[in-house]
Amino acid sequence: MDAIVQQFFNFEIMGKALPLVLQGLLMTLLICCVVIPLGLLGGLLAALGSISERALLRWVCIVFVDLFRALPPLVLLIFIYAGLPFAGLRISPFAAVVVGFFLNNSAYFAEILRAGLLSVPKGQEEAARSTGMTGVQTLISVTLPQAVRNVLPDLLSNGVEIVKLTSIASVVSLGEMLHAAGLVRSLTYNASPLVLAAGIYLALLWPAIRVIAYYERRIAS
Amino acid sequence: MDVFIDTFLNGEVLAQYAPSILQGALVTVLLSVLIVIFGVAFGAARACLRAYRVRALAALIMIFADVFRALPPLVLILLIFFGLPNVGVVLSAPIVLFLVLSLVLGAFAEEIVWAGITATPKGQWEAARSTGLSHTQALIWVVLPQAIRMVIPPLTNRAIAITKMTALGMVIGVPDILGQATTAQSFSANASPLTLAAIAYVILFLPFVMASRWLEARFARPML
Repeated sequence: MDAIVQQFFNFEIMGKALPLVLQGLLMTLLICCVVIPLGLLGGLLAALGSISERALLRWVCIVFVDLFRALPPLVLLIFIYAGLPFAGLRISPFAAVVVGFFLNNSAYFAEILRAGLLSVPKGQEEAARSTGMTGVQTLISVTLPQAVRNVLPDLLSNGVEIVKLTSIASVVSLGEMLHAAGLVRSLTYNASPLVLAAGIYLALLWPAIRVIAYYERRIAS
Repeated sequence: MDVFIDTFLNGEVLAQYAPSILQGALVTVLLSVLIVIFGVAFGAARACLRAYRVRALAALIMIFADVFRALPPLVLILLIFFGLPNVGVVLSAPIVLFLVLSLVLGAFAEEIVWAGITATPKGQWEAARSTGLSHTQALIWVVLPQAIRMVIPPLTNRAIAITKMTALGMVIGVPDILGQATTAQSFSANASPLTLAAIAYVILFLPFVMASRWLEARFARPML
C-alpha cells in the first residue's frame, strides 16, 4: 500500500513537477485554440462539399472524410513529422500537429456538421432565399445556426476528444502537458507526475462530459 | 517528383519491410478484435447492472464511465506501463494496451447501451413482466436486444475510433503496424514503411468506416 502511494501519489514529486506540467497545460490549451477552430472550418467546408449537388465535389469530400476517419491520427502525425523530412521538408513539431490535427479533425467535424445540415428542413433555406438573402447569408444566419443546435452534443463531444487527442503531440516531443509529465516521470522514476496530469485532464474535461450528458438528455426528452 | 517516389514509395524498401508490416497488421487485428469483444461485453454488462436501479451501484458505474471518457488513453497507457512495474506488477506492452483500450471502450459502450436501454419504451418492460418474465429475463430477452439494435451506429463509430488507437501502442513498443513501421523507417532511413503503414490502416479500417456510414443511413432514427 505504501509503495503504491509512493509511486502514484507522491506529493513532493508532484509539487516539483507542477510548474513544468502547468507550462505543458498552456501548450495543450494553445494547441486546442488553434486546431479546434481550424478543424471546425475545414469540417464545415467538407460538410458543405459532401452535400453539394456537384457529384465530383461530393465524392472528393466523402473520400477525404472517410480516408481520414480510417487513418489513426498518430499515424498521420508521425507520417508528417518523421516522413516529410526525408523528402527535404523540415517541419516543426507544432506545425506537424496543426496539419495532422487539421486533416483528422476536419473529417470528424465534417461528418457531424453534415448530419446537422441535413437535419434542417429544406423549407428553411427556400424561405430564406425567397426573402432575397444570398446563399452565403442563408447559410450563416439561417441554416447553420439550426444545424449547429441540432448536433451540439456531438460537436462538444468531438471537442472533448480533440483535447484528449492533443496528448499524442507528446510523441513528436511537443512540450504539451503529457510530454511535460512524462519528462518528469523519466527523471524521477515515479509515476506521480502522470497522475497529476491525469488529474488536470479530469478537472478540465469532466465538467464538459457532464454538460454533454445534460444536453443529450434534454434532446432525448 | 522523383525525390518523393524515392522517399515515400521506394520499391526496394517497400518489398523489404512489407513482411514485418504484415506481421504488425496481424497484431493490430488481433488486438482490435479482443478490444471490441471485451470492451463491448464489459460495457453492456455494466449497462445491464445499472438497469437494476441500485443507486450506489449506478453512481459507481457512472463515475467509472466519466473518468475513462475524460482521460486521454495515452495518459492511462503510460501510467500503467511505467507506474505498475515499480509496485511489483509487470505487464507486457500489448497487455497494457489491451487493458486500457478495453476499459475505455467499455466506458463509452456502457453509456451508449444505457442510452439505448432508457430509450426502449416502458411498455416493453411492462409487457415482458406481465407474461411472467423476471426483471432479469425481461432485460436480457426483451429490452437488451432492442436497445443494442438502436445503438449499433454510435457503438460502431466508437469501436472504430478506439480500435484505431491501437496505434498508440507504438509509444510503449507494441509491434503493431505503426510500431513495425517506425522501426523499419529508422533502419531504412526512408519514409516508405510509414506510407505502407498508412495504406495498411486504410485497408483495415476503411471498410468499417464505410459500413458505419451505411448503418447510419439505415438506422437513421426510424424510431423517433
